[in-house]
Amino acid sequence: MPDHSLKSVTPLGHDMPESVTVGPITIAEVTDIAMASVAARQGRIADVADAAQKIGVTLPEAGRHAAGTPCSAFWTGPEMWMVEAPFATHEDIVAALKPVFGDAASLTEQTDAWVRLRVSGADLPRLFERLCNVDLARSSAGDAIRTMIEHLGAFLLIRRPDEIDVISARSSAASLHHALAAAAKSAF
Amino acid sequence: MTQPNRIPGGLIDRAQTFSFTFDGKPYRGHPGDTLASALLANGVRLMGRSFKYHRPRGPISAGSDEPNALVELRTGARQEPNTRATVVELFDGLSAQSQNRWPSLAFDALAINDRLSPFFAAGFYYKTFMWPAAFWEKIYEPIIRRAAGLGSLSRLPDPDIYDKGFLHCDVLIIGAGPAGLAAALTAGRSGARVILADEDFRMGGRLNAETHGVGGMAGADWAAQAVAELAGMPNVRVMARTTILGAFDHGIYGAVERVSDHLPVPAAGQPRQILWRIYARRAILAAGATERMIAFEDNDRPGIMLASAVRAYANRWGATAGRRVAVFTNNDDGLRTAEDLRASGVEIAAIIDSRKGEEVVGSRGRLGLRSVTVRGGSGKTRTVECEALAVSGGWNPNLHLTSHHRGRPVWDDTIAAFIPGPGGPGGLVAAGAAAGQLSTHAALRSGAAAAAAALADLGQTAAAFDLPEAEDAPVSITPKWHVAGKGRAWVDPQNDVTVKDVKLAHQEGFRSVEHLKRYTTLGMATDQGKAGNLLGLAVMAEMTGQTIAQTGTTIYRPPYTPVAMGALAGRSREKDFKPTRLTPSHKWAAEQGAEFVEVGMWLRAQWFPKPGETHWRQSVEREVLATRASVGICDVTTLGKIDIQGKDAGAFLDRVYANTFSTLPVGKVRYGLMLREDGMVMDDGTTARLAEDEWVMTTTTANAVPVFRHLEFCRQCLWPDMDVQMISTTEAWAQFSVAGPNARRLLEKVVDQDISDATFPYMACANITVCGGLRARLFRISFSGELAYEIAVPTRYGDAMICELMKAGEEFGAVPYGTESLGVMRVEKGHVAGNELNGQSTALNMGLGKMVSKKKDAIGMVLSQREGMVAEGGLRLVGVRPVDPAQPLTAGSHFIATGKPAVSAHDDGWLTSVVYSPHLGHSIALGYLKNGSARVGERMRAVNLLKKTDVEIEIVSPHFFDPEGERLRA
Amino acid sequence: MIINHPLLGPRDAQEFVYLGDARLIERPDGLAEGAAQALHDHVFLRDNPAGEHRELWFHEQGDRSWLVVTRNTLTHEITRVELARDVARAKGRSK
Repeated sequence: MPDHSLKSVTPLGHDMPESVTVGPITIAEVTDIAMASVAARQGRIADVADAAQKIGVTLPEAGRHAAGTPCSAFWTGPEMWMVEAPFATHEDIVAALKPVFGDAASLTEQTDAWVRLRVSGADLPRLFERLCNVDLARSSAGDAIRTMIEHLGAFLLIRRPDEIDVISARSSAASLHHALAAAAKSAF
Repeated sequence: MTQPNRIPGGLIDRAQTFSFTFDGKPYRGHPGDTLASALLANGVRLMGRSFKYHRPRGPISAGSDEPNALVELRTGARQEPNTRATVVELFDGLSAQSQNRWPSLAFDALAINDRLSPFFAAGFYYKTFMWPAAFWEKIYEPIIRRAAGLGSLSRLPDPDIYDKGFLHCDVLIIGAGPAGLAAALTAGRSGARVILADEDFRMGGRLNAETHGVGGMAGADWAAQAVAELAGMPNVRVMARTTILGAFDHGIYGAVERVSDHLPVPAAGQPRQILWRIYARRAILAAGATERMIAFEDNDRPGIMLASAVRAYANRWGATAGRRVAVFTNNDDGLRTAEDLRASGVEIAAIIDSRKGEEVVGSRGRLGLRSVTVRGGSGKTRTVECEALAVSGGWNPNLHLTSHHRGRPVWDDTIAAFIPGPGGPGGLVAAGAAAGQLSTHAALRSGAAAAAAALADLGQTAAAFDLPEAEDAPVSITPKWHVAGKGRAWVDPQNDVTVKDVKLAHQEGFRSVEHLKRYTTLGMATDQGKAGNLLGLAVMAEMTGQTIAQTGTTIYRPPYTPVAMGALAGRSREKDFKPTRLTPSHKWAAEQGAEFVEVGMWLRAQWFPKPGETHWRQSVEREVLATRASVGICDVTTLGKIDIQGKDAGAFLDRVYANTFSTLPVGKVRYGLMLREDGMVMDDGTTARLAEDEWVMTTTTANAVPVFRHLEFCRQCLWPDMDVQMISTTEAWAQFSVAGPNARRLLEKVVDQDISDATFPYMACANITVCGGLRARLFRISFSGELAYEIAVPTRYGDAMICELMKAGEEFGAVPYGTESLGVMRVEKGHVAGNELNGQSTALNMGLGKMVSKKKDAIGMVLSQREGMVAEGGLRLVGVRPVDPAQPLTAGSHFIATGKPAVSAHDDGWLTSVVYSPHLGHSIALGYLKNGSARVGERMRAVNLLKKTDVEIEIVSPHFFDPEGERLRA
Repeated sequence: MIINHPLLGPRDAQEFVYLGDARLIERPDGLAEGAAQALHDHVFLRDNPAGEHRELWFHEQGDRSWLVVTRNTLTHEITRVELARDVARAKGRSK
């Protein structure tokens, strides 16, 4: 931890991440994952893939998430991934990744650009069919799908059939949370 | 309270009784009833008044095609006009009111229109209200407005919620009658993902309304068994009370599910309705068919109904429209009504079969049918006493969705009706009665076949479907559209269109079906022609001597039945109309009592009132003066920030900005002007070079998204091999402007590094740390014209940072300032913003023409130099001050030369931005003035005809404040 | 409408932003002889076919790919979807 004096707040504005339960659905803010965007420089895709191996992850193909240790990654666009790492060890994630990727990739810190709400419970398709056009019945664990929820762009990372991370812009975290909670109330 | 017209049988639950009211009068009904069936059972036939003539009306149908029995449902905020009594599911405590009548349903003053009917014939609107012209606004329009429309609104906010949702399936089956059920069983048993939707609350379609059996059991029982089997399949979603309202492109269907309409109020948190967007790989339209009337004189009295409806009320709901019923038919199906009623103990007064030369030529009974007049083959007439007349004119397939992509229905002589034609939505096929297969057997067979074909299309194998035994009577019909006569015979009861109106339209030259529709309003009301369209077309065909096939038909568009506005709005209402984006300092600003303003989806602090400040301008003037005197702090996180990296990033910026960036040293910031390819200014902002190949571009708040899209276009489509990578970092950093003569002294208390003017001069940028080690970015840039910095920290520290900055600023009297003060200071400084960046201004207009480099090829450079855009004397940015400092200026005023009239010929431009400058003590403005740069010192007028202001002004430099920029370099 | 994204499969057109004629890829060189006329034609002159049309769509609520979609403007039938970057390269565009 740096020894500065400033106190951080979660995207929902709390001191510590909070979790609410609406019927069978639990919506929990997750703040212990640091993120950086990794975009391959022209012609360097092979180097980027090799570098990713060194941080414990095989870069996934389009629409997928790959779990690894210490880093995981999901695809965000052609030759572009979001790399995830434990916040505790990778608070300055770009500084941590830079030696690995060198000049093969453009790295951009993204940790604070997003809110991550972990939605868990049985029958998640019944919840998400009120929120977005993703066909969860045809999705499987490891899918990383960008979609829209109540006008907000969002990634759905499908961790398990009963657990999905919704990652969306930090500034509208409260609106996203409201949308999820309202849909949970309505769908069950 | 007895139910005098309740008869044995039906699918209602007689063990339970519901109480309800109609026009305040209490009645009883049972679960399973509709409002119409319960009213009929209670002996009530009169349920509404017609639109134009206010004729007494009762239901003619038992479904969503009902044109007459429109009622207002519920009271208070949940009052809903124009609900069809024939599909309103009865619940305990239901309250309904009739509409389009005053003072009462039985005595309606506007029934005078009926006596005046000669004036209200087709096209009356166009003929009657033409002259004198002066009458239109004062007399005609108010009268028409009062008489127009059906029902009334509560004028209260809807207390219920409406959801939207998304569903996916292999096969969508629209309608759960015999064809739909056979299709669903076939597809469901084969393992396909199936959605079966039906608008009714009880699935089964006509199987619930007929007495003939299916597979050795009652049709309704077979349907219930099939629905139960389907409901048990995990791959099948059974959706009752769900109307498929439209077929859209590529297998997308709209549906409204009425989740709570059958309940007094929705359960807590539950929506009233859900608007579903269904993605279907294939769809089967099994929406059945709708019976049609035969037009004869006074065929619109309460008690005159479709034969299929009379039969449905008896068989499904144990209700009859009367104890003595006559039947008028042109086909065999009508005869079934007589059989079924007789079996239920209802007296059949007469069967009038037009195929045998008999016809009904008139009726009597003011508020309800008392008798009909029948003319026999010999021409002799007789009177038949009856309380109801069941009319069967044949069946029209419900092919609406097949024409939603402009598919034209085709005429089928064997059933005397239109059937689906070519050109329907891809992947949609009709089955059963909707495809003209009118027997139960044919419907089952065609439903199963359609499902098998759909599955084969998808590469799936269909399970075999054993067709159950069912009736397979051939259609026997001799078309009879209308009975000749002198009186009025209704073809479209809802819009009061009669045979005469159609004939009149023909006489006046309206011969195309499209003209006929618009001139007579045939088929243009809530039922969208389900009841009367074909009758009107048939009469028109007869007039023109053509066949109906030659005459053609109008086609249908979505929605299939009316959709509540609430369902379309969904959750996008009031504060949930759109998502809200909050700045990192929002919580802190709210605690300070800030007023907020919406900027796109963002909420930004507009000003920070102090106790005792009663007008916003007091707060803003204090903020501006304090900033200029010492230091002010503003959250500028909302500006778009785009991280641009790569070996070619500098060259890329040279192509997308009008000015040059590749020469900018690391650690420096430059103001950039971005043009559209047509040469107009698209956006502006500063771009910083943080490292050799790492840049941060800022955009205006409003253009963050379009600029990113544009840059991606340039990167992917124009120069695909440039080594450039981009991502938005707007949200990742909390960014604050610290401005004013004490800005550096304040920041020195926070920043860990040396930021003296020597090491960190104007337009410097750097990665720094603050407060003992937190990573941050510092930019020495100024929008206010003061010595100013923008400091950025990871967003999670934004709340702490604003507190830290304010604490550090205490000794300097630092103030937070909002968007209003930001605006005042930028106008004082002569910086352009949204009002000047209006999409039709060039760099030259803004006084920034020199920024456009002609040495390199950048987007917009070439076309910005077009002759007309660089002509002498064009609009130039100027400053404006009122000659009398006490005179306020108004934005949008036009420049008019002194002594010239305020007309467009003398319009020399306009004032784009106006503020009150506390620094100067009067209004100031920026504006675009013709040949403006050459007119500094000139006196003219600023005229605003809307606000009725006319102020003498002087043209000045747009740089009102510190024109040499000494302060920001201090 | 449904656009069959070359990388992501069928996606609802609601996720996309429409730009227009795919000929916008063929931007003339602004420093070449006759650039003013060429850019004028490029920006302002467009065919508006009743039938097959190649057009640019941006997957804004997706992977931020620009796509070239071949769509029949009469029927909305989409017969081909390509990554615009590949189309641009095939047309000889580079840096």
